[in-house]
Amino acid sequence: MSIANLSYHAVFYLVLKRDLTIAMRHKDDIINPLLFFVIVVTLFPLGIGPESQILSRIAPGIIWVAALLSTLLSLDRLFKSDHSDGSLEQMLLSPQPVFILVLAKIVAHWLITGLPLILIAPLLAVLLHLNEQSYGALILTLLLGTPVLSLLGAIGVALTVGIKKGGVLLSLLVLPLYIPVLIFATSAIDTAALGLPYSGQIAIIAALFFGSLTLSPFAVGAALKVSTN
Amino acid sequence: MSANLAASLAAKNESALISASNLTCIREERLLFDQLTIEINAGDIVQVEGPNGSGKTSLLRILAGLSQPYEGDIFYKNQLITQTREEFHQNLLYLGHLSGVKGEMTAQENLNFNLTLHGLHMNASEIEKTLAEVNLTGFEDSLASHLSAGQHRRISLARLYKSTADIWILDEPFTAIDKQGVYSLEQLFKAHIKQGGCVILTTHQDLLTFSPSQIKKITLDYLIE
Repeated sequence: MSIANLSYHAVFYLVLKRDLTIAMRHKDDIINPLLFFVIVVTLFPLGIGPESQILSRIAPGIIWVAALLSTLLSLDRLFKSDHSDGSLEQMLLSPQPVFILVLAKIVAHWLITGLPLILIAPLLAVLLHLNEQSYGALILTLLLGTPVLSLLGAIGVALTVGIKKGGVLLSLLVLPLYIPVLIFATSAIDTAALGLPYSGQIAIIAALFFGSLTLSPFAVGAALKVSTN
Repeated sequence: MSANLAASLAAKNESALISASNLTCIREERLLFDQLTIEINAGDIVQVEGPNGSGKTSLLRILAGLSQPYEGDIFYKNQLITQTREEFHQNLLYLGHLSGVKGEMTAQENLNFNLTLHGLHMNASEIEKTLAEVNLTGFEDSLASHLSAGQHRRISLARLYKSTADIWILDEPFTAIDKQGVYSLEQLFKAHIKQGGCVILTTHQDLLTFSPSQIKKITLDYLIE
C-alpha cells in the first residue's frame, strides 16, 4: 500500500473509467437515448411525407432538436444515481479537486450519449435527404455542439439533483441555455447546403464549447455543494 | 460571530484535532442545536446521542463539511476547514447513512475505487485481504447489486481497515452489521484512538467493549427541553 497524491490526470482517468464501466454494465444508459434519437428523427418523414425538398429543408433542425431532447433525457443519470447511493458525497469529501471529478463525469457522459449520436447521425441524414454538401457541417457541429450540451446540462442536473421530481425543472433550466447552440448549428448546416462558407458559425460554437469546458466544471462543483447541503 | 474571534477561542486548546465553535443548525425552520461548542482531541471516541430527528446526522455532516451550519465554524487543527480543504479531506473519513457502493461494480472494484480516490493505492491481493477482514471472502467479484445491505455496509466499512485519516466520522456504522462484525469494528476503533486518531459516531446501540468513562458523549436534546 502506498499513499501518494494522485495527479490530475490519474484522478480524471480513475473517475472516467469508473463511469464507463458502470455504463457498459447498465447498457440502458447508452441504448435508450440513442433509440429515442433514432425514433424521433424517423417519425418526421412518416408524419410530413416523403417529399425530399421539404425534408432536406428541415433536416438540420430535426436532427439537432432530437439531439437536444435525447441529451436532456440522459442528463438525469449524470449525478442522480451517485447522489442516491451516497457515492457523490464520498467524491466531494475526497482530497481531489472537485472540478476534475466533475469534468471526468461529464466527459464520460458525452462518450456514452453524445458520441453514439454523432456516429449514427449521417445515417439519419440520408433518411431526411440532407443536402450532400451539408454532411461535413453536420458532423462538425455535432462534434463541437454535443459536448456543450453535456457541459451546460451538467450545471442544471447538479442544481436539481437533490430535488425529488426535478425533471421538468431541469428542462426549464437547461433548454434555454441550449438555444444558442441550436441556432448556430442549424444555421451552419443550412449555409453549407448553399455552398457558402460556414466558418463563422463554427467559430461561435467552438467558443461556446471552450467557454463551457473551462467554466462549467466549477459551476457544477459549486452547485453540487449546494445540492448536498 | 467573526471567524477571527472564533479562531482565537478555538486556539485555546492547541491539541484539538477537530473543533467547532458556536454551531447553530436550523432545518425546516426548526432549531436543532444552538451555540454548540465541541472540542475533540486525539484519542477521543465521541458518541453523539439523541432521539430520532434531534440532529445527529446534521451535526456529523456539518463536522465533515458536507453541510453548512446556520452559524458557527469548524476547525481542523485550529484552521478553518474551508481554508484547508485538501488537508482536512486527506485526514477525514466520513461514512454516512448511504454506503456509497455502486451496484454495477464488484465488491473489489468498489473498494479499489474508494481507496484510490482517497489517495491509497493497493494491489489486488491487498484489496482481497482487506475484503477478507470484513468477511467478504468469496464475494470479491460479485456485483454489489447482488449483495445484501449488510454486505454493502461492509464494503464501505472495509475502508476503515486501510485508512490513514485521523478523523473518523461514522453515521450509524453498525446498521445491518452482525454481532461479530460490531465486535471487530469496536476493536478497530480502539486501535485507531490508540494511534492518535479520533472517532465520532452515532449509534443507538451501546458500545460494549468500551467502559462508559472512555466515551465522550454529545447529547442533542434541544427539542425535548
